[in-house]
Amino acid sequence: MNVADKKRLLREMLFARRFEERCYEAYVERKIGGFLHLYSGEEACAHGVLEAARPGQDWVITGYRDHIHAIKCGADPKKVMAELYGKETGSSKGRGGSMHIFDVEHRFMGGYALVGGPFPLAAGMAKAIKMQGGDEIAICFLGDAANNQGTFHESLNMAKVWNLPVLYVCENNLYGIGTRIDRSTAVVDQYKRVAGYDIPSAQEDGQDVEKVIKAAKKAVDHVRSGKGPYFLELMTYRYRGHSMSDSNAYRSKDEEREWSGRDPIIMLRDRLIKAGELTKQGYKALDTEILDEIENEIIAFAEASPEPRVDELKKYTFAENDPWVYGGGR
Amino acid sequence: MAELMYWEAIRRAHDEEMAHDPMVICMGEDIGVAGGTYKATQGLYAKYGAERVVDTPISENGYTGLGIGASFLGVRPVIEIMSVNFAWLAMDQIFNSAAKVRYMSGGQLTAPVVIRSAGGTAHQLGAQHSARMEKVFMGIAGLRVVTPSNPRQAYGLLKSAVRCDDPVYINEHELMYNMKGEVPDDEYFMPLEGSEVAREGRDVTLFGYNISVHWCLQAAATLAKDFGIEAEIIDLYTLSPLDRAGIVASVRKTHRAVIVEEAEAAVGVGAEVMAIINEECFFELDAAPVRVSAVNVPIPYNHKLEKAAIPNVGDIVAAVRKMVGK
Repeated sequence: MNVADKKRLLREMLFARRFEERCYEAYVERKIGGFLHLYSGEEACAHGVLEAARPGQDWVITGYRDHIHAIKCGADPKKVMAELYGKETGSSKGRGGSMHIFDVEHRFMGGYALVGGPFPLAAGMAKAIKMQGGDEIAICFLGDAANNQGTFHESLNMAKVWNLPVLYVCENNLYGIGTRIDRSTAVVDQYKRVAGYDIPSAQEDGQDVEKVIKAAKKAVDHVRSGKGPYFLELMTYRYRGHSMSDSNAYRSKDEEREWSGRDPIIMLRDRLIKAGELTKQGYKALDTEILDEIENEIIAFAEASPEPRVDELKKYTFAENDPWVYGGGR
Repeated sequence: MAELMYWEAIRRAHDEEMAHDPMVICMGEDIGVAGGTYKATQGLYAKYGAERVVDTPISENGYTGLGIGASFLGVRPVIEIMSVNFAWLAMDQIFNSAAKVRYMSGGQLTAPVVIRSAGGTAHQLGAQHSARMEKVFMGIAGLRVVTPSNPRQAYGLLKSAVRCDDPVYINEHELMYNMKGEVPDDEYFMPLEGSEVAREGRDVTLFGYNISVHWCLQAAATLAKDFGIEAEIIDLYTLSPLDRAGIVASVRKTHRAVIVEEAEAAVGVGAEVMAIINEECFFELDAAPVRVSAVNVPIPYNHKLEKAAIPNVGDIVAAVRKMVGK
């Protein structure tokens, strides 16, 4: 990866961090309702994997911690924020909320709130890709705890039986809501669990974006070359609770300190500074620029946008004017 | 006009739609090499191959979700769930993914899947193979529910369901696959919102759907012959949405309503039809509407108990006679 790409990635990840932290503030101000699951600490996973793939062309799906995956695929952050504000200009027109960001134009196929729900959906997208003869792949990002759902096993089995072009990325942040992985899961190393389905897999440091890119390239190449599914486990940590309603009392301060010492953004920043490609002032200026953009463009857009009209409550329940509802006759 | 069996009508619709659109596929347990438990996909594996006639593992939630995911990208899967009792396992994907994705994406995505399943009480299949689940599906916003009572409807509803952009659940019946009926030779599409008058009458309306339409027809023959009562029969072939206009029109004509359902009364089709009648034409009624429904028990194995658990023609005749006073 060249210096320009590294700098771009640094900006993207810092933007992701600031975006999420601004969501936190907006939630406290009650501008954002419902559940809010933040990605802070895990940025290198989505950015690293999608850097190795073709965001906007490959089909991406994930769970409810979804803002950053959508943005990395190409979604306009203004629309994502407007969605969190429940506005008509939001990516799902205010009907989805934080857990249901969609941007089909950029092939971000959604955030889903049932843990493990996207596993078979991703396999299905891969089935469609295979039928339609494209060289895109399906990429499914989910957390470690999703692997204890039946859909994990059912989907891996089908993906292998039918040799589907799907990459499953496990963002292992060590906790299923508030339960530590070794208290809920017989085999703690997630990449070992897929051996039962004869699917190749790997485990990588999810805090070092350059390592993630390298591991993801191998994974993506495998899937894109028609060799079938692949499972990539990334070891990571979320700084915030599972959601905003989480007291975060189940984790030790020592553990939190240890992980924040391996912050994906700081690690990349320091590497660039050490190589003489970035100065501390330059980083600070970048940060200020991002904070201004979020405030002046993104938050301002969300604030100024209209809410959905109540007389359009039922819109989007069914297809509009589908002739086949009337037997093709109307 | 050819006479086809119910399964042949479904098979023909599958075949025509697969020939029409290469993105139409069939999925389910034993539907390919084995030809299908109810023969609804017989011969299609040989004709279209394993990519499009997909024998799935016994993973109902998994393969239903896979079909839904494929539909996001333009594939049109017809998913057979062998028995409606197994559809409970797929409920997460039907309820949380297929039915909601259009709404929660603000109209960006849709899940044009068809899910076909055999429900109903057959012959001593026991509690876990005898359920009627249509009432559960009816309560799901974003899902269309249809239930054919004859081969013509089975063909025409499947044809429209495949082409419609909404997810559609088709409620079939274990006992009806060998039922014969006329199906037009020309291609034919049924509306996914509507009802049909299965018999004209003036004294009382019998509302039925799927197998209970046939019980209503038998009861109506007895009522006319033995008691001089002319029953109208409305075949509710779409359960969600229900045909409000069709229901109201018949009640305005006969002023009496009996709803016949194989399922338990609680939270069911009858309750919903009664609510529509109350809301739309209460003052047209000459008598309080009545439901003829199953007893609220898990379906027993013993043949006498099984028979006692679900309604029959005699129950319908008795309910109408009591209402009319003859």
